[in-house]
Amino acid sequence: MTSLTPETTQRPEVAAGTDFAIELRKINKRFGPVHANKDIDLEVKRGTVHGIVGENGAGKSTLMSILYGFYHADSGEIVVGGQPVIINNSSDALHLGIGMVHQHFMLVDNFTVIENVILGAEDSALLRPSVDKARRELTRLAEEYGLNVPPDALVEDLSVGQQQRVEILKALYRGADILILDEPTGVLTPAEADHLFKVLETLRNEGKTIILITHKLREIMAITDRVSVMRQGEMVKTLETSETSPEQLAELMVGRRVLLRVHKEPANPGDVKLEVKDLVVADDQGTERVKGVSFTVRAGEILGIAGVAGNGQSELLETIAGMRPANGGTITLNGEEVTAADEDYAAFLRRKGLAHVPEDRLRMGLVTNFYEWENAILGYHDEPRYGSGLMLEIKAAKAEAKRHIEKFDIRPANTDLKTANFSGGNQQKIVLAREMERDPDVLIVGQPTRGVDIGAIEFIHNQIIKMRDAGKAIVLVSVELDEIRSLSDRIVVLFDGQIVGEADPETADEGELGLLMAGVNNKKAAVQ
Amino acid sequence: MSAPRIALPRWVDVVLLPVLNVSLAFLIGGIVVLAVGENPIEAVRIMFYGAFGYGYGFGFTLYYTTNFVFAGLAVALAYHAGLFNIGGEGQAYVAGLGAILVALAVAGLHWALALPLIMIASALFGGIWALIPGYLQAKRGSHVVITTIMMNFIATSLMSYLISRVLKPPHIASDESERVDAMTRVPFLSEWIPMLRNTPVNISFFLAIAALVGVYILIWRTKFGYALRTMGHSGTAARYAGMSNAKLIMITMAISGALAGMIAVNDVAGAHGRLLLNYVAGTGFVGIAVAFMGKAHPIGVGLSALLFGVLYQGGQELAFTMPAITREMILTIQALVILFTGAMSEMLRRPVELAFIFSRLRGHDPDTQPKLAAQEDK
Repeated sequence: MTSLTPETTQRPEVAAGTDFAIELRKINKRFGPVHANKDIDLEVKRGTVHGIVGENGAGKSTLMSILYGFYHADSGEIVVGGQPVIINNSSDALHLGIGMVHQHFMLVDNFTVIENVILGAEDSALLRPSVDKARRELTRLAEEYGLNVPPDALVEDLSVGQQQRVEILKALYRGADILILDEPTGVLTPAEADHLFKVLETLRNEGKTIILITHKLREIMAITDRVSVMRQGEMVKTLETSETSPEQLAELMVGRRVLLRVHKEPANPGDVKLEVKDLVVADDQGTERVKGVSFTVRAGEILGIAGVAGNGQSELLETIAGMRPANGGTITLNGEEVTAADEDYAAFLRRKGLAHVPEDRLRMGLVTNFYEWENAILGYHDEPRYGSGLMLEIKAAKAEAKRHIEKFDIRPANTDLKTANFSGGNQQKIVLAREMERDPDVLIVGQPTRGVDIGAIEFIHNQIIKMRDAGKAIVLVSVELDEIRSLSDRIVVLFDGQIVGEADPETADEGELGLLMAGVNNKKAAVQ
Repeated sequence: MSAPRIALPRWVDVVLLPVLNVSLAFLIGGIVVLAVGENPIEAVRIMFYGAFGYGYGFGFTLYYTTNFVFAGLAVALAYHAGLFNIGGEGQAYVAGLGAILVALAVAGLHWALALPLIMIASALFGGIWALIPGYLQAKRGSHVVITTIMMNFIATSLMSYLISRVLKPPHIASDESERVDAMTRVPFLSEWIPMLRNTPVNISFFLAIAALVGVYILIWRTKFGYALRTMGHSGTAARYAGMSNAKLIMITMAISGALAGMIAVNDVAGAHGRLLLNYVAGTGFVGIAVAFMGKAHPIGVGLSALLFGVLYQGGQELAFTMPAITREMILTIQALVILFTGAMSEMLRRPVELAFIFSRLRGHDPDTQPKLAAQEDK
């Protein structure tokens, strides 16, 4: 393996006159029959923040993986700093000054920040000199870009936002001039995201080039100078951010007009359907994740539970749905106590009128190896309509699956296709159709549009509103603040297993919610 | 993100790959035969003649196949639930106790009446022996792979003691139980088919075929099978669906053990007519290879059980006819089949996939053909 020492890297000299950091010309990449990148041309100007947007499967990640040396293009040319280059692996990319910050961090949790930064970039067999050099370098970077991280802290003790800074520091330490960030704000609170954007702006002002991959159009508008839109493996258009709008970008991404705002009438709440009182839940390791949560949901309203991922949402949802025992407190459904005492209460709760669209559809809501029709009855296979005795009435199941396909426009319309072959949006529709068509009294929904295309998001949001208007009580958990705000009738914010505040989606501003999500609440006393 | 796998047509997975794997095993086996100075083609001929060529050989082939079907189904069923039951050996052994106790208790009863009782007893004993590891997995989280292996050792010790100290009648010298009454004993097929004279194949053969059909229905046509497969693919999805993983694990293990227990019906109550020390003789372990070679599908299990039946019977014929080929070499060939169809069954997948990609591109998209061809040449 080649050494990654920054000093010894050979940079192509910047050719005079070129103001592009990266040029991609006619890049093609196929995976078997899938043409993931078709004749992609991309020019990224030096010293700019360049956004790349597109739906899942549009080819963004493939393109960046080619640039970072994970994949090799079938054909086409990569030009870095005016010179054609061949990038065979990520160390080639690093030598060319290209650094990448992955969506899922690549850090060693029980190493300190410094150890992580020098990992793989040690100068010699002895660590001491490298550590000292890294410490000086980190201090400099912290001052220059506002990338403050305690250098001797263990990574596992850092917040997610700080961990991301370590990733950026790693890239800068290796001498990156061009930084690729893949969906960097997915795990951040709004405040942390703001801080990240400030860092990125500083980096740009210092002459670094930044490529930002995201599906959040708001971020594109806020931070980028130019934006490229990809659709189905093709580069649709590159625009100056100042000359475009979220609506135009959405339309380019999907290929048709998309409504970004959900239209809904004011809620008409009825009786209390679901009441959660002083609920305490522990995770598999026995750590308390939900610490005394109470709320009620009425018929015909959507309660949004906002919060940064990992603050107890998963455990809360699982316990309400009967998949995880409660360690304390009660859950009342339609006036009847239904608190889960074990992990196999889900079937019982379904019979009582609760439906559950889980956060993690691939591990929980679906068996990807099953045929579509098999997933259309998951959780309901014991019902008499799918066979009264021991036998499963496959015909009845397929008929139901077919009904779902027609009603929710699931594509391809084939009950005998393995579920893994459906797109994320269509998989989610399979789950939604199954849970909504049971006509439940209470619907709990986790991350309904995670990994779902913009076109399908609109449909899914409308279905949720429709359920509300039909008088169902709905609990919505999402880490997408926009989604919570546009769908919910009431919002509560979960932080560290507790509800730290309640807000009205019409009047609450982003800053206030952001502070709540970070656990800061000035009005805490007033709310409780 | 990894390169998506190309979806191969079903027949490739189900027919082509297993046939290629078995062919490869025979090819290397042939080299071994050649190395000891014998003619491999002749060896194969003798083997197949020994297995199918005449009534006596054929009868033994069917007898072995019967055992392998039960052993293979036990592993296959558990596999669909995501459980790896390698305790078929011990479960069958303990089931022998149930079989012999009932068979001796109802001595003199007509076999048609005794058979259901013997089956129930065998299923019960084998099932309970598998239920113990099932319970430990479900309630205590002890992995069934570990516990079923340990239960095999316990079964061996326990049964050795019971056979040599408790069941052995004083007038018999070797370690075995009293003989089953001729009326009660599961009858040999030779009673109706004279061609199978002097072979141990008995009514249990039809039980094995029924078990193949039954397991198919259980896995793919019943609600229980649906739940079992859900858990096998994703325990979290099963929990989401409200299925009790603990209950499913225990029931599945019990049925799996009951299937292994049917070996006792074939051997103890039929072929041997008594409980012999170590009567299972490795059949339970062969079941693992049978299940994996048969892709855990009853049709596949039936076919691979037959293949192993042929290897067992034809192999003995071969060792008998070609003195240069010893019993150990037959074992080597069997091991090669297990190696290529089990442990290395995925080895040929990638080349076959590439061949398919290549032929597809050649058919539809001439532009990219040279590129892929170049890759394949490497």
